[in-house]
Amino acid sequence: MIQQLVVFLENKPGRLERITGALSAAGINIRAIHVASLGEMGVVKLVTSHPDAAHQALSEFGAVRKLPVLAVRVPDRPGALHQVAATLSKAGINIENASGFAISGSEAILILEVADVPAAERALTAAEFKVLDEGEFEGAVG
Amino acid sequence: MPTGACYDEVETASRDDLGTLQLDRLRWTVAQAAGSPHYAKVFAEKGLSADSVRTLGDIRLFPFTEKQDLRDGYPFGLLAVPKDRVVRLHHSSGTTGMATAVLHSKHDIEQWAELVARCLYMVGMRPGDVFQNMMTYGLFTGGLGLHYGAELLGAFVIPMGAGNSHRQIEFMRIFGTTALHIIPSYAMALLGTFEEMGVEPKRDLALRFAVAGAEPYTEGVRERLQQAWGIPFYNCYGLSELCGPGVAFECPEQNGLHLWEDFVLAEIIDPESGEPVGDGKEGELVLTSLSREAMPLLRFRTRDLTSFLSGPCPCGRTHRRLARFQGRTDDMFIIKGVNIFPQQIERVLMSVPEVGTNYLIVLDREGLADRITVRVELVPEAFKGDLAQLRSVQDRITHALRGEILVTPRVELVEPGGLPHREGKAVRVVDEREKGP
Repeated sequence: MIQQLVVFLENKPGRLERITGALSAAGINIRAIHVASLGEMGVVKLVTSHPDAAHQALSEFGAVRKLPVLAVRVPDRPGALHQVAATLSKAGINIENASGFAISGSEAILILEVADVPAAERALTAAEFKVLDEGEFEGAVG
Repeated sequence: MPTGACYDEVETASRDDLGTLQLDRLRWTVAQAAGSPHYAKVFAEKGLSADSVRTLGDIRLFPFTEKQDLRDGYPFGLLAVPKDRVVRLHHSSGTTGMATAVLHSKHDIEQWAELVARCLYMVGMRPGDVFQNMMTYGLFTGGLGLHYGAELLGAFVIPMGAGNSHRQIEFMRIFGTTALHIIPSYAMALLGTFEEMGVEPKRDLALRFAVAGAEPYTEGVRERLQQAWGIPFYNCYGLSELCGPGVAFECPEQNGLHLWEDFVLAEIIDPESGEPVGDGKEGELVLTSLSREAMPLLRFRTRDLTSFLSGPCPCGRTHRRLARFQGRTDDMFIIKGVNIFPQQIERVLMSVPEVGTNYLIVLDREGLADRITVRVELVPEAFKGDLAQLRSVQDRITHALRGEILVTPRVELVEPGGLPHREGKAVRVVDEREKGP
């Protein structure tokens, strides 16, 4: 389990720039970013290096929360996400949001948002997926 | 039914005669007001009575009556007659604490209808005119106020109420409407409906004039409306506390609104000091009712800024004319004909735990219709991390505001600290409507 930062911003030019500027100034690396909007409201989700420092850097923007998400290391080949999804589906766990990125020629990391993080972690571990903790995540992407 | 130039001979009474009438009526009003709990207390504290009034200038012995006095006295604190003499209630928008109730006796309703008939006669309405009243009926005074005046005058009245543009235009055509009572922004919006329906008002309708009410509009908008509709638009002033529309009205000269001085005693004061401003100077209009039985008001502060035009009016009426209104001394605003105070919005926002009380009200136009947007900051702790939650907060606020102000606003949530914080008095309302067409 790792921490994802979620920031509420107005959906306007220049708002995201403030976030990226603050993280850059604090020397924090963004590993994954996801922007969702609804009308004039926007929510930015970030997986970064040093989540506590990142949280601190973003706190001046007001509405920031740390939400646990799963980082799962999978082989970068067809069917990998399907196997993860099937495992969670069998355990009755709904995936609220997902993103992923390749980290080397042969592996990728999936970021999964689920309602019950511990249960999902247990199900995935039982199916022999590698669920990363903070240190492992840093090591894998660093 | 009168046949001359004026509906009532008092319209051209000499200033001396008018002064004598005002003094008589002022004494009567003070005696009448003593019957209300509010004024009974005020008079007792200050040692005042009808005997204190020897000249019209003695009105200044009396303290002002503020809108807040009406709120504090809600609902019956200013009622000066037994409750069984009340025949009608009019009521502001707004819930407890912000609301004002205005109570009318049979005399008051009749008097108001006389006043409105006088106004409508002045701009040319006669029996046989077909008057389509496009104002909201109900607690709002714009509907029933003009309705009864026009009926008293003998016009054929169509109580349409607001909205339903196609039907409005259909009725104008079918019934040969000659006179309208309409909100200026709606008159503007209907131009699009005319086009859509292939109706050219100047060619296809029998209209003769319109009464514009319920919201301020610029002289530029009036010119556009007169041009497009091909009829004069006359301005009307009123306030529900003193009955409603008809307190002052434009004559065919379209140069200032005759304030009916047999019905109200007017002062124009410096809103800061409360002292009278000099002749012709701008200040806040303060009105004392002279003929209101159920709820007489002494020195009511209207918060409207205006001045008296000097010199006699070519129409021959002796009642002084109010210049174009220059705004207000408080932050009340009018949208879609509804009076709204920012505090009403603030109260609603205070009841929503997810938002703070730093907010901004933006008034603008969407096409030709007024639009109100309420921008409010989300409280940091309330953010759960998903858009669905934000949407539900937004919906909840929209619904609560609609219940309070009777108009559906757009609600925008902004990030904490996202709205300007200012030193001193916060700017709560930004009105961008004047920049429109």
